[in-house]
Amino acid sequence: MADKKSTRQAYGEYLVKLGEKNQNLVVLDADLSGATKTNIFKNACPERHFNVGIAEANLMGMAAGLATAGKIPFASTFAIFGAGRAYEIIRNSICYPKLNVKIALTHSGISVGEDGGSHQSIEDIALMRVIPNMTVLSPADAIETEKMMDAAMAIDGPVYIRLGRSDVPVLFDNDYKFEVGKAGLLKSGSDVTLIATGLMVGPALEAAELLKADGVSARVLNMGSIKPIDVDAITEAAINTGAIVTAEEHSIIGGLGSAVAEVLCDVAPAPLERVGVKDLFGQSGKVAPLMEKYGLTANDIVTAAKKAIERK
Amino acid sequence: MAFLEETVRGIRKDIVKMIGKAASGHPGGSLSSAEILTLLYFEQMNVDEKNPRKEDRDRFVLSKGHAAPVLYATLAAKGFFPKAELENLRQLGSMLQGHPDMNKVPGVDMSTGSLGQGISVAAGMALAGKMDNKSHKIYALLGDGELQEGLVWEAAMAASHYQLNNLIAFVDNNNLQIDGAICEVMSPFPIDAKFEAFGWNVITVEDGHDFDELRTAVEAAKKSEDKPTVIICQTVKGKCVSFMENNAGWHGKGPNAEEVKQALAELEA
Repeated sequence: MADKKSTRQAYGEYLVKLGEKNQNLVVLDADLSGATKTNIFKNACPERHFNVGIAEANLMGMAAGLATAGKIPFASTFAIFGAGRAYEIIRNSICYPKLNVKIALTHSGISVGEDGGSHQSIEDIALMRVIPNMTVLSPADAIETEKMMDAAMAIDGPVYIRLGRSDVPVLFDNDYKFEVGKAGLLKSGSDVTLIATGLMVGPALEAAELLKADGVSARVLNMGSIKPIDVDAITEAAINTGAIVTAEEHSIIGGLGSAVAEVLCDVAPAPLERVGVKDLFGQSGKVAPLMEKYGLTANDIVTAAKKAIERK
Repeated sequence: MAFLEETVRGIRKDIVKMIGKAASGHPGGSLSSAEILTLLYFEQMNVDEKNPRKEDRDRFVLSKGHAAPVLYATLAAKGFFPKAELENLRQLGSMLQGHPDMNKVPGVDMSTGSLGQGISVAAGMALAGKMDNKSHKIYALLGDGELQEGLVWEAAMAASHYQLNNLIAFVDNNNLQIDGAICEVMSPFPIDAKFEAFGWNVITVEDGHDFDELRTAVEAAKKSEDKPTVIICQTVKGKCVSFMENNAGWHGKGPNAEEVKQALAELEA
Protein backbone atom coordinates (compact mmCIF):
# COMPACT_ATOMS: atom_id res chain seq x y z
CA MET A 1 0.00 0.00 0.00
CA ALA A 2 1.28 3.42 -0.94
CA ASP A 3 1.95 6.09 1.66
CA LYS A 4 -1.05 8.11 2.69
CA LYS A 5 -1.29 11.81 3.30
CA SER A 6 -4.11 14.33 3.17
CA THR A 7 -3.95 17.07 0.58
CA ARG A 8 -4.45 19.65 3.35
CA GLN A 9 -1.33 18.36 5.10
CA ALA A 10 0.64 18.58 1.86
CA TYR A 11 -0.69 22.10 1.38
CA GLY A 12 0.41 23.31 4.81
CA GLU A 13 3.85 21.80 4.45
CA TYR A 14 4.45 23.07 0.94
CA LEU A 15 3.35 26.60 1.85
CA VAL A 16 6.50 26.81 3.93
CA LYS A 17 8.67 25.97 0.94
CA LEU A 18 6.84 28.37 -1.37
CA GLY A 19 7.05 31.08 1.27
CA GLU A 20 10.79 30.67 1.51
CA LYS A 21 11.11 31.17 -2.23
CA ASN A 22 8.71 34.10 -2.49
CA GLN A 23 8.69 36.78 0.17
CA ASN A 24 5.43 38.22 -1.15
CA LEU A 25 3.52 35.10 -0.21
CA VAL A 26 1.17 35.68 2.73
CA VAL A 27 -1.30 33.27 4.31
CA LEU A 28 -4.71 34.13 5.73
CA ASP A 29 -6.92 31.87 7.77
CA ALA A 30 -10.23 32.19 9.58
CA ASP A 31 -9.71 30.43 12.91
CA LEU A 32 -9.18 27.02 11.35
CA SER A 33 -5.42 27.07 10.93
CA GLY A 34 -5.03 23.80 12.84
CA ALA A 35 -7.48 22.08 10.51
CA THR A 36 -6.46 23.72 7.24
CA LYS A 37 -2.80 23.13 8.22
CA THR A 38 -1.80 26.73 7.56
CA ASN A 39 -0.53 26.61 11.15
CA ILE A 40 2.50 24.79 9.74
CA PHE A 41 3.27 27.97 7.78
CA LYS A 42 2.42 30.07 10.82
CA ASN A 43 5.01 28.25 12.90
CA ALA A 44 7.64 28.74 10.21
CA CYS A 45 6.77 32.30 9.27
CA PRO A 46 4.48 33.97 11.85
CA GLU A 47 4.94 37.49 10.43
CA ARG A 48 3.31 36.46 7.15
CA HIS A 49 0.38 34.52 8.61
CA PHE A 50 -2.82 36.37 9.50
CA ASN A 51 -5.72 34.85 11.37
CA VAL A 52 -8.72 37.09 10.67
CA GLY A 53 -10.97 35.21 13.08
CA ILE A 54 -14.27 33.60 12.22
CA ALA A 55 -15.00 36.03 9.39
CA GLU A 56 -14.78 34.39 5.99
CA ALA A 57 -16.11 37.35 4.03
CA ASN A 58 -13.41 39.57 5.49
CA LEU A 59 -10.87 36.81 4.88
CA MET A 60 -11.48 37.16 1.15
CA GLY A 61 -11.80 40.95 1.18
CA MET A 62 -8.52 41.46 3.00
CA ALA A 63 -6.82 38.95 0.73
CA ALA A 64 -7.97 41.05 -2.21
CA GLY A 65 -6.58 44.20 -0.61
CA LEU A 66 -3.23 42.55 0.06
CA ALA A 67 -3.11 41.41 -3.57
CA THR A 68 -3.56 44.98 -4.83
CA ALA A 69 -0.32 45.80 -3.03
CA GLY A 70 1.66 43.01 -4.69
CA LYS A 71 1.28 40.36 -2.00
CA ILE A 72 0.33 36.83 -3.04
CA PRO A 73 -2.25 35.76 -0.49
CA PHE A 74 -3.26 32.15 0.10
CA ALA A 75 -6.65 32.34 1.82
CA SER A 76 -7.78 29.22 3.62
CA THR A 77 -10.79 27.95 5.51
CA PHE A 78 -13.19 25.05 4.97
CA ALA A 79 -14.63 24.79 1.46
CA ILE A 80 -18.19 25.25 2.68
CA PHE A 81 -17.39 28.62 4.28
CA GLY A 82 -14.93 29.87 1.68
CA ALA A 83 -16.77 28.94 -1.49
CA GLY A 84 -20.18 29.18 0.15
CA ARG A 85 -20.39 31.98 2.66
CA ALA A 86 -17.74 34.18 1.02
CA TYR A 87 -18.83 33.39 -2.54
CA GLU A 88 -19.80 36.87 -3.56
CA ILE A 89 -16.67 38.48 -2.13
CA ILE A 90 -14.62 36.00 -4.18
CA ARG A 91 -16.75 36.86 -7.19
CA ASN A 92 -16.75 40.64 -6.92
CA SER A 93 -13.57 41.58 -5.05
CA ILE A 94 -11.20 38.86 -6.29
CA CYS A 95 -12.32 37.50 -9.66
CA TYR A 96 -13.99 40.59 -11.13
CA PRO A 97 -10.79 42.66 -10.72
CA LYS A 98 -8.70 39.51 -11.45
CA LEU A 99 -6.61 39.86 -8.32
CA ASN A 100 -3.79 37.49 -7.56
CA VAL A 101 -5.39 35.58 -4.69
CA LYS A 102 -5.04 31.82 -4.19
CA ILE A 103 -8.07 30.34 -2.49
CA ALA A 104 -7.08 27.02 -0.94
CA LEU A 105 -10.06 25.47 0.80
CA THR A 106 -9.91 22.28 2.80
CA HIS A 107 -12.57 19.85 4.02
CA SER A 108 -14.24 19.62 0.64
CA GLY A 109 -16.65 16.78 -0.10
CA ILE A 110 -18.28 14.25 2.19
CA SER A 111 -14.94 12.81 3.31
CA VAL A 112 -15.08 15.49 6.02
CA GLY A 113 -16.80 12.62 7.83
CA GLU A 114 -18.21 13.02 11.33
CA ASP A 115 -18.94 16.76 11.20
CA GLY A 116 -21.82 15.95 8.88
CA GLY A 117 -23.81 17.58 6.11
CA SER A 118 -23.52 21.18 7.33
CA HIS A 119 -19.75 20.98 6.87
CA GLN A 120 -19.48 18.78 3.78
CA SER A 121 -19.11 20.97 0.72
CA ILE A 122 -20.50 19.27 -2.36
CA GLU A 123 -21.07 22.49 -4.31
CA ASP A 124 -17.73 24.31 -4.28
CA ILE A 125 -16.47 23.17 -7.71
CA ALA A 126 -19.74 24.33 -9.24
CA LEU A 127 -19.62 27.68 -7.46
CA MET A 128 -15.99 28.41 -8.26
CA ARG A 129 -15.97 27.27 -11.84
CA VAL A 130 -18.78 29.53 -13.04
CA ILE A 131 -16.85 32.67 -12.11
CA PRO A 132 -14.94 34.30 -14.97
CA ASN A 133 -11.16 34.65 -14.45
CA MET A 134 -11.13 31.74 -11.98
CA THR A 135 -8.91 28.68 -12.38
CA VAL A 136 -10.15 25.57 -10.56
CA LEU A 137 -7.70 22.85 -9.50
CA SER A 138 -8.50 19.64 -7.65
CA PRO A 139 -5.48 17.56 -6.62
CA ALA A 140 -5.64 13.79 -6.28
CA ASP A 141 -2.80 13.41 -3.79
CA ALA A 142 -0.06 15.16 -1.86
CA ILE A 143 2.34 15.39 -4.80
CA GLU A 144 -0.25 16.83 -7.14
CA THR A 145 -1.15 19.36 -4.44
CA GLU A 146 2.42 20.66 -4.49
CA LYS A 147 2.56 20.75 -8.29
CA MET A 148 -0.73 22.64 -8.39
CA MET A 149 0.54 25.15 -5.86
CA ASP A 150 3.54 25.76 -8.13
CA ALA A 151 1.16 26.17 -11.06
CA ALA A 152 -1.01 28.57 -9.06
CA MET A 153 2.01 30.71 -8.25
CA ALA A 154 2.76 30.97 -11.96
CA ILE A 155 -0.71 32.38 -12.67
CA ASP A 156 -1.28 36.11 -12.16
CA GLY A 157 -4.89 35.84 -11.07
CA PRO A 158 -7.30 33.95 -8.86
CA VAL A 159 -6.96 30.20 -8.42
CA TYR A 160 -9.14 27.85 -6.40
CA ILE A 161 -7.41 24.75 -5.01
CA ARG A 162 -9.77 22.11 -3.62
CA LEU A 163 -8.30 20.21 -0.70
CA GLY A 164 -9.50 17.35 1.47
CA ARG A 165 -9.44 16.34 5.10
CA SER A 166 -8.85 12.62 4.89
CA ASP A 167 -5.63 10.78 4.19
CA VAL A 168 -5.40 9.56 0.61
CA PRO A 169 -2.80 7.33 -1.07
CA VAL A 170 0.15 9.09 -2.66
CA LEU A 171 -0.28 8.18 -6.33
CA PHE A 172 2.47 10.19 -7.95
CA ASP A 173 6.17 10.64 -7.44
CA ASN A 174 8.22 13.81 -7.59
CA ASP A 175 8.72 13.53 -11.34
CA TYR A 176 4.99 13.95 -11.88
CA LYS A 177 4.23 16.84 -14.21
CA PHE A 178 1.08 18.88 -13.85
CA GLU A 179 -0.08 21.39 -16.39
CA VAL A 180 -3.10 23.66 -16.03
CA GLY A 181 -5.69 22.70 -18.64
CA LYS A 182 -4.23 19.23 -19.23
CA ALA A 183 -5.59 15.88 -18.09
CA GLY A 184 -3.16 13.22 -16.93
CA LEU A 185 -3.37 9.85 -18.68
CA LEU A 186 -2.95 7.30 -15.88
CA LYS A 187 -3.96 4.19 -17.77
CA SER A 188 -4.60 3.45 -21.43
CA GLY A 189 -7.79 1.72 -22.52
CA SER A 190 -10.19 1.45 -25.42
CA ASP A 191 -13.71 0.51 -24.24
CA VAL A 192 -14.51 3.31 -21.82
CA THR A 193 -12.79 6.32 -20.25
CA LEU A 194 -12.94 6.97 -16.51
CA ILE A 195 -12.37 10.66 -15.80
CA ALA A 196 -11.77 11.29 -12.12
CA THR A 197 -10.69 14.14 -9.90
CA GLY A 198 -9.49 14.53 -6.32
CA LEU A 199 -9.76 11.54 -4.06
CA MET A 200 -11.83 9.65 -6.66
CA VAL A 201 -8.73 9.11 -8.79
CA GLY A 202 -7.67 6.20 -6.57
CA PRO A 203 -11.04 4.41 -6.86
CA ALA A 204 -11.04 5.06 -10.61
CA LEU A 205 -7.70 3.22 -10.96
CA GLU A 206 -9.08 0.41 -8.84
CA ALA A 207 -12.21 0.29 -11.00
CA ALA A 208 -10.07 -0.03 -14.13
CA GLU A 209 -8.48 -3.15 -12.63
CA LEU A 210 -11.88 -4.61 -11.75
CA LEU A 211 -13.13 -3.89 -15.28
CA LYS A 212 -10.04 -5.54 -16.74
CA ALA A 213 -10.93 -8.71 -14.86
CA ASP A 214 -14.30 -8.54 -16.62
CA GLY A 215 -12.61 -8.09 -19.99
CA VAL A 216 -13.25 -4.36 -20.25
CA SER A 217 -10.42 -2.07 -21.26
CA ALA A 218 -10.78 1.21 -19.33
CA ARG A 219 -8.78 4.35 -19.88
CA VAL A 220 -8.21 6.49 -16.78
CA LEU A 221 -7.77 10.25 -16.93
CA ASN A 222 -6.93 12.37 -13.91
CA MET A 223 -8.74 15.67 -14.39
CA GLY A 224 -6.96 17.79 -11.81
CA SER A 225 -7.53 20.94 -13.84
CA ILE A 226 -11.28 21.38 -13.83
CA LYS A 227 -11.13 24.87 -15.25
CA PRO A 228 -9.71 25.26 -17.79
CA ILE A 229 -10.67 21.71 -18.68
CA ASP A 230 -8.82 19.55 -21.20
CA VAL A 231 -11.24 19.66 -24.14
CA ASP A 232 -8.86 17.71 -26.38
CA ALA A 233 -8.45 14.80 -23.97
CA ILE A 234 -12.22 14.54 -23.44
CA THR A 235 -12.92 14.75 -27.17
CA GLU A 236 -10.32 12.13 -27.96
CA ALA A 237 -11.71 9.85 -25.24
CA ALA A 238 -15.26 10.29 -26.55
CA ILE A 239 -14.25 9.47 -30.11
CA ASN A 240 -11.88 6.60 -29.41
CA THR A 241 -13.46 4.89 -26.40
CA GLY A 242 -17.07 5.91 -27.08
CA ALA A 243 -18.20 5.95 -23.45
CA ILE A 244 -17.31 8.18 -20.50
CA VAL A 245 -17.66 7.96 -16.74
CA THR A 246 -16.87 10.87 -14.45
CA ALA A 247 -16.06 10.39 -10.77
CA GLU A 248 -15.93 13.16 -8.18
CA GLU A 249 -16.58 13.74 -4.52
CA HIS A 250 -19.01 16.54 -5.33
CA SER A 251 -22.57 16.96 -6.48
CA ILE A 252 -23.14 15.53 -9.93
CA ILE A 253 -24.72 18.91 -10.64
CA GLY A 254 -22.22 21.56 -11.62
CA GLY A 255 -18.97 19.75 -10.92
CA LEU A 256 -16.61 17.63 -13.00
CA GLY A 257 -19.49 15.60 -14.46
CA SER A 258 -21.18 18.74 -15.68
CA ALA A 259 -17.94 20.21 -17.02
CA VAL A 260 -17.30 17.03 -19.02
CA ALA A 261 -20.93 16.92 -20.18
CA GLU A 262 -20.55 20.47 -21.49
CA VAL A 263 -17.57 19.42 -23.60
CA LEU A 264 -19.33 16.30 -24.87
CA CYS A 265 -22.42 18.30 -25.84
CA ASP A 266 -20.34 20.98 -27.56
CA VAL A 267 -17.82 18.81 -29.35
CA ALA A 268 -18.21 15.04 -29.29
CA PRO A 269 -21.42 13.51 -27.93
CA ALA A 270 -20.94 10.14 -26.22
CA PRO A 271 -22.76 8.27 -23.45
CA LEU A 272 -21.79 9.73 -20.06
CA GLU A 273 -22.42 8.34 -16.58
CA ARG A 274 -21.69 10.63 -13.67
CA VAL A 275 -20.50 9.16 -10.37
CA GLY A 276 -20.86 11.71 -7.59
CA VAL A 277 -23.21 12.90 -4.87
CA LYS A 278 -26.71 12.77 -6.31
CA ASP A 279 -28.26 16.09 -5.32
CA LEU A 280 -28.27 15.14 -1.65
CA PHE A 281 -26.71 16.59 1.46
CA GLY A 282 -24.15 14.49 3.29
CA GLN A 283 -24.34 13.29 6.88
CA SER A 284 -22.14 12.25 9.78
CA GLY A 285 -20.22 9.02 9.62
CA LYS A 286 -16.85 7.43 9.07
CA VAL A 287 -15.36 8.16 5.68
CA ALA A 288 -15.47 4.66 4.15
CA PRO A 289 -19.14 3.93 4.96
CA LEU A 290 -20.03 7.46 3.80
CA MET A 291 -18.35 6.88 0.46
CA GLU A 292 -20.26 3.63 0.14
CA LYS A 293 -23.58 5.17 1.18
CA TYR A 294 -23.23 7.98 -1.37
CA GLY A 295 -22.09 5.75 -4.22
CA LEU A 296 -18.48 6.89 -4.42
CA THR A 297 -16.57 3.60 -4.57
CA ALA A 298 -14.63 1.68 -7.21
CA ASN A 299 -17.63 -0.65 -7.56
CA ASP A 300 -19.91 2.29 -8.29
CA ILE A 301 -17.52 3.36 -11.04
CA VAL A 302 -17.50 -0.17 -12.46
CA THR A 303 -21.31 -0.24 -12.55
CA ALA A 304 -21.39 3.19 -14.21
CA ALA A 305 -18.79 2.10 -16.78
CA LYS A 306 -20.80 -0.95 -17.78
CA LYS A 307 -23.91 1.17 -18.10
CA ALA A 308 -22.11 3.73 -20.26
CA ILE A 309 -20.75 0.97 -22.51
CA GLU A 310 -24.24 -0.51 -22.88
CA ARG A 311 -25.50 2.85 -24.05
CA LYS A 312 -23.00 3.04 -26.93
CA MET B 1 -10.07 77.77 -0.63
CA ALA B 2 -11.77 79.34 -3.59
CA PHE B 3 -9.97 76.74 -5.67
CA LEU B 4 -11.56 73.84 -3.81
CA GLU B 5 -15.00 75.52 -3.97
CA GLU B 6 -14.64 76.05 -7.71
CA THR B 7 -13.37 72.52 -8.19
CA VAL B 8 -16.22 70.90 -6.31
CA ARG B 9 -18.73 73.02 -8.22
CA GLY B 10 -17.29 71.70 -11.48
CA ILE B 11 -17.36 68.16 -10.16
CA ARG B 12 -21.04 68.51 -9.21
CA LYS B 13 -21.85 69.84 -12.67
CA ASP B 14 -20.07 66.90 -14.26
CA ILE B 15 -21.95 64.47 -12.00
CA VAL B 16 -25.30 65.90 -13.07
CA LYS B 17 -24.33 66.06 -16.74
CA MET B 18 -22.94 62.54 -16.97
CA ILE B 19 -25.84 60.91 -15.12
CA GLY B 20 -28.28 62.92 -17.22
CA LYS B 21 -26.55 61.79 -20.40
CA ALA B 22 -26.51 58.16 -19.24
CA ALA B 23 -30.13 58.53 -18.07
CA SER B 24 -29.13 56.27 -15.21
CA GLY B 25 -26.82 56.36 -12.20
CA HIS B 26 -26.70 57.53 -8.62
CA PRO B 27 -26.75 61.32 -8.21
CA GLY B 28 -27.84 61.61 -4.55
CA GLY B 29 -24.90 59.90 -2.90
CA SER B 30 -22.46 61.30 -5.46
CA LEU B 31 -23.44 64.87 -4.67
CA SER B 32 -23.37 64.25 -0.91
CA SER B 33 -19.74 63.13 -0.98
CA ALA B 34 -18.30 65.60 -3.49
CA GLU B 35 -16.40 67.71 -0.93
CA ILE B 36 -14.83 64.61 0.63
CA LEU B 37 -13.38 63.44 -2.68
CA THR B 38 -12.39 66.93 -3.74
CA LEU B 39 -10.44 67.52 -0.55
CA LEU B 40 -8.73 64.14 -0.80
CA TYR B 41 -7.70 64.28 -4.45
CA PHE B 42 -6.91 67.99 -4.68
CA GLU B 43 -5.26 68.53 -1.35
CA GLN B 44 -4.67 65.54 0.89
CA MET B 45 -3.74 62.53 -1.18
CA ASN B 46 -0.37 61.80 -2.69
CA VAL B 47 -1.38 60.64 -6.16
CA ASP B 48 0.11 61.13 -9.59
CA GLU B 49 -2.28 61.37 -12.52
CA LYS B 50 0.65 60.66 -14.84
CA ASN B 51 1.50 57.47 -12.95
CA PRO B 52 -1.78 56.18 -11.50
CA ARG B 53 -0.26 52.98 -10.07
CA LYS B 54 2.74 54.63 -8.45
CA GLU B 55 3.80 52.26 -5.69
CA ASP B 56 3.81 54.52 -2.66
CA ARG B 57 0.71 56.53 -3.55
CA ASP B 58 -2.16 57.00 -1.15
CA ARG B 59 -5.10 54.77 -2.06
CA PHE B 60 -8.80 55.53 -2.18
CA VAL B 61 -11.46 52.84 -2.09
CA LEU B 62 -15.00 53.88 -2.94
CA SER B 63 -16.71 51.29 -0.78
CA LYS B 64 -20.06 52.85 -1.70
CA GLY B 65 -19.27 52.05 -5.32
CA HIS B 66 -22.59 53.28 -6.67
CA ALA B 67 -21.27 56.82 -6.16
CA ALA B 68 -18.99 56.13 -9.14
CA PRO B 69 -19.93 59.43 -10.84
CA VAL B 70 -18.31 61.52 -8.10
CA LEU B 71 -15.14 59.43 -8.36
CA TYR B 72 -15.09 59.66 -12.16
CA ALA B 73 -15.72 63.41 -12.13
CA THR B 74 -12.98 63.91 -9.55
CA LEU B 75 -10.44 61.75 -11.38
CA ALA B 76 -11.21 63.52 -14.67
CA ALA B 77 -10.88 66.93 -13.01
CA LYS B 78 -7.53 65.83 -11.58
CA GLY B 79 -6.40 64.80 -15.06
CA PHE B 80 -6.32 61.00 -14.81
CA PHE B 81 -8.30 60.84 -18.06
CA PRO B 82 -9.98 63.33 -20.42
CA LYS B 83 -13.22 64.89 -19.24
CA ALA B 84 -14.84 64.00 -22.55
CA GLU B 85 -14.85 60.39 -21.35
CA LEU B 86 -17.52 61.29 -18.78
CA GLU B 87 -20.07 61.38 -21.58
CA ASN B 88 -19.67 57.63 -21.96
CA LEU B 89 -20.78 56.76 -18.45
CA ARG B 90 -22.61 53.42 -18.41
CA GLN B 91 -22.42 53.03 -22.20
CA LEU B 92 -21.54 49.73 -23.83
CA GLY B 93 -17.78 49.43 -24.15
CA SER B 94 -17.08 52.40 -21.89
CA MET B 95 -14.35 52.33 -19.28
CA LEU B 96 -16.78 54.16 -17.02
CA GLN B 97 -18.86 51.24 -15.82
CA GLY B 98 -21.89 51.72 -13.59
CA HIS B 99 -19.60 50.85 -10.71
CA PRO B 100 -15.82 51.48 -10.68
CA ASP B 101 -13.51 49.00 -12.42
CA MET B 102 -9.84 49.29 -11.39
CA ASN B 103 -8.66 47.60 -14.56
CA LYS B 104 -10.46 50.02 -16.84
CA VAL B 105 -10.19 53.44 -15.21
CA PRO B 106 -6.83 55.10 -14.51
CA GLY B 107 -6.78 56.18 -10.88
CA VAL B 108 -9.33 53.72 -9.56
CA ASP B 109 -7.58 51.69 -6.86
CA MET B 110 -10.22 49.01 -6.37
CA SER B 111 -13.24 47.68 -8.20
CA THR B 112 -16.25 48.12 -5.97
CA GLY B 113 -20.01 48.17 -6.09
CA SER B 114 -21.10 45.34 -3.84
CA LEU B 115 -21.53 47.10 -0.52
CA GLY B 116 -19.38 46.24 2.47
CA GLN B 117 -16.54 44.82 0.42
CA GLY B 118 -14.53 47.98 -0.20
CA ILE B 119 -13.74 48.59 3.46
CA SER B 120 -12.60 44.99 3.84
CA VAL B 121 -10.30 45.35 0.83
CA ALA B 122 -9.06 48.69 2.20
CA ALA B 123 -8.14 46.92 5.45
CA GLY B 124 -6.11 44.42 3.41
CA MET B 125 -4.37 47.28 1.61
CA ALA B 126 -3.58 48.92 4.94
CA LEU B 127 -2.23 45.64 6.32
CA ALA B 128 0.06 45.34 3.29
CA GLY B 129 1.30 48.89 3.92
CA LYS B 130 2.07 47.99 7.53
CA MET B 131 3.92 44.82 6.54
CA ASP B 132 6.15 46.83 4.23
CA ASN B 133 6.61 49.76 6.62
CA LYS B 134 5.10 52.16 4.13
CA SER B 135 3.85 55.59 5.13
CA HIS B 136 1.06 55.98 2.59
CA LYS B 137 -2.56 56.09 3.71
CA ILE B 138 -5.57 54.11 2.66
CA TYR B 139 -8.77 56.14 2.42
CA ALA B 140 -12.21 54.57 2.07
CA LEU B 141 -15.67 56.03 1.69
CA LEU B 142 -18.65 54.21 3.13
CA GLY B 143 -22.32 55.00 2.85
CA ASP B 144 -24.38 55.15 6.02
CA GLY B 145 -26.79 52.55 4.68
CA GLU B 146 -23.76 50.43 3.82
CA LEU B 147 -23.10 50.07 7.55
CA GLN B 148 -25.95 47.57 7.55
CA GLU B 149 -23.64 45.09 5.82
CA GLY B 150 -22.11 42.64 8.30
CA LEU B 151 -18.81 42.62 6.42
CA VAL B 152 -18.24 46.26 7.39
CA TRP B 153 -18.00 45.16 11.00
CA GLU B 154 -15.83 42.14 10.28
CA ALA B 155 -13.44 44.55 8.59
CA ALA B 156 -13.78 47.10 11.39
CA MET B 157 -12.81 44.45 13.94
CA ALA B 158 -9.79 43.39 11.90
CA ALA B 159 -8.60 46.95 11.22
CA SER B 160 -8.60 47.66 14.92
CA HIS B 161 -7.02 44.30 15.80
CA TYR B 162 -4.13 44.90 13.40
CA GLN B 163 -3.82 48.54 14.57
CA LEU B 164 -4.21 49.88 11.05
CA ASN B 165 -3.73 53.57 11.82
CA ASN B 166 -2.95 54.05 8.13
CA LEU B 167 -6.62 53.39 7.33
CA ILE B 168 -8.95 56.40 7.26
CA ALA B 169 -12.60 55.71 6.49
CA PHE B 170 -15.29 58.29 5.85
CA VAL B 171 -18.97 57.67 6.43
CA ASP B 172 -21.17 59.73 4.11
CA ASN B 173 -23.98 60.13 6.62
CA ASN B 174 -26.72 61.58 4.44
CA ASN B 175 -29.41 59.64 6.30
CA LEU B 176 -31.07 58.18 3.22
CA GLN B 177 -30.83 54.89 1.39
CA ILE B 178 -32.65 53.59 -1.63
CA ASP B 179 -35.76 52.45 0.24
CA GLY B 180 -36.00 55.54 2.41
CA ALA B 181 -34.60 56.96 5.65
CA ILE B 182 -31.86 54.80 7.13
CA CYS B 183 -33.42 55.04 10.58
CA GLU B 184 -36.66 53.60 9.19
CA VAL B 185 -35.14 50.92 6.95
CA MET B 186 -32.58 49.64 9.48
CA SER B 187 -30.98 52.09 11.83
CA PRO B 188 -27.19 51.99 11.95
CA PHE B 189 -27.18 54.47 14.85
CA PRO B 190 -25.27 55.22 16.95
CA ILE B 191 -22.54 55.14 14.32
CA ASP B 192 -19.85 56.80 16.45
CA ALA B 193 -20.36 54.55 19.47
CA LYS B 194 -20.30 51.46 17.28
CA PHE B 195 -16.94 52.34 15.76
CA GLU B 196 -15.63 53.36 19.17
CA ALA B 197 -16.66 50.01 20.55
CA PHE B 198 -14.81 48.34 17.69
CA GLY B 199 -11.66 50.15 18.76
CA TRP B 200 -11.55 52.95 16.18
CA ASN B 201 -10.51 56.55 16.50
CA VAL B 202 -13.79 58.39 15.83
CA ILE B 203 -14.07 61.91 14.45
CA THR B 204 -17.38 63.61 13.73
CA VAL B 205 -17.75 66.28 11.08
CA GLU B 206 -20.87 68.35 11.62
CA ASP B 207 -20.89 69.69 8.07
CA GLY B 208 -19.46 67.27 5.55
CA HIS B 209 -19.61 69.99 2.89
CA ASP B 210 -17.23 72.29 4.80
CA PHE B 211 -13.66 71.94 3.59
CA ASP B 212 -12.15 73.42 6.75
CA GLU B 213 -13.95 70.97 8.96
CA LEU B 214 -13.06 68.05 6.69
CA ARG B 215 -9.42 69.12 6.57
CA THR B 216 -9.16 69.37 10.35
CA ALA B 217 -10.59 65.88 10.60
CA VAL B 218 -8.19 64.37 8.05
CA GLU B 219 -5.18 66.05 9.66
CA ALA B 220 -6.20 64.61 13.02
CA ALA B 221 -6.81 61.17 11.49
CA LYS B 222 -3.30 61.12 10.03
CA LYS B 223 -1.91 61.50 13.54
CA SER B 224 -3.71 58.47 14.95
CA GLU B 225 -1.05 56.35 16.59
CA ASP B 226 -2.44 52.87 16.75
CA LYS B 227 -6.06 52.98 15.65
CA PRO B 228 -7.84 53.20 12.32
CA THR B 229 -9.90 56.36 12.04
CA VAL B 230 -13.47 56.85 10.95
CA ILE B 231 -14.63 60.34 9.99
CA ILE B 232 -18.40 60.45 10.23
CA CYS B 233 -19.62 63.27 8.01
CA GLN B 234 -23.08 64.79 8.23
CA THR B 235 -24.03 65.38 4.64
CA VAL B 236 -27.03 66.20 2.49
CA LYS B 237 -28.07 63.70 -0.11
CA GLY B 238 -28.30 65.44 -3.50
CA LYS B 239 -26.44 68.47 -2.10
CA CYS B 240 -26.66 71.72 -4.14
CA VAL B 241 -29.46 70.55 -6.42
CA SER B 242 -32.63 71.77 -4.72
CA PHE B 243 -35.02 69.14 -6.01
CA MET B 244 -32.62 66.32 -5.22
CA GLU B 245 -31.67 67.40 -1.71
CA ASN B 246 -32.80 65.06 1.05
CA ASN B 247 -34.86 63.04 -1.39
CA ALA B 248 -34.33 59.27 -1.44
CA GLY B 249 -36.03 59.20 -4.83
CA TRP B 250 -32.80 60.59 -6.27
CA HIS B 251 -30.68 57.76 -4.91
CA GLY B 252 -30.45 55.93 -8.18
CA LYS B 253 -32.10 57.61 -11.12
CA GLY B 254 -30.97 59.93 -13.86
CA PRO B 255 -32.42 63.42 -14.31
CA ASN B 256 -34.18 64.20 -17.63
CA ALA B 257 -33.01 67.02 -19.92
CA GLU B 258 -35.14 69.65 -18.20
CA GLU B 259 -33.96 68.55 -14.76
CA VAL B 260 -30.33 68.62 -15.88
CA LYS B 261 -30.84 72.15 -17.13
CA GLN B 262 -32.36 73.27 -13.85
CA ALA B 263 -29.67 71.55 -11.80
CA LEU B 264 -26.87 73.13 -13.82
CA ALA B 265 -28.52 76.53 -13.51
CA GLU B 266 -28.57 76.14 -9.74
CA LEU B 267 -24.96 74.99 -9.67
CA GLU B 268 -23.87 77.95 -11.77
CA ALA B 269 -25.77 80.46 -9.68
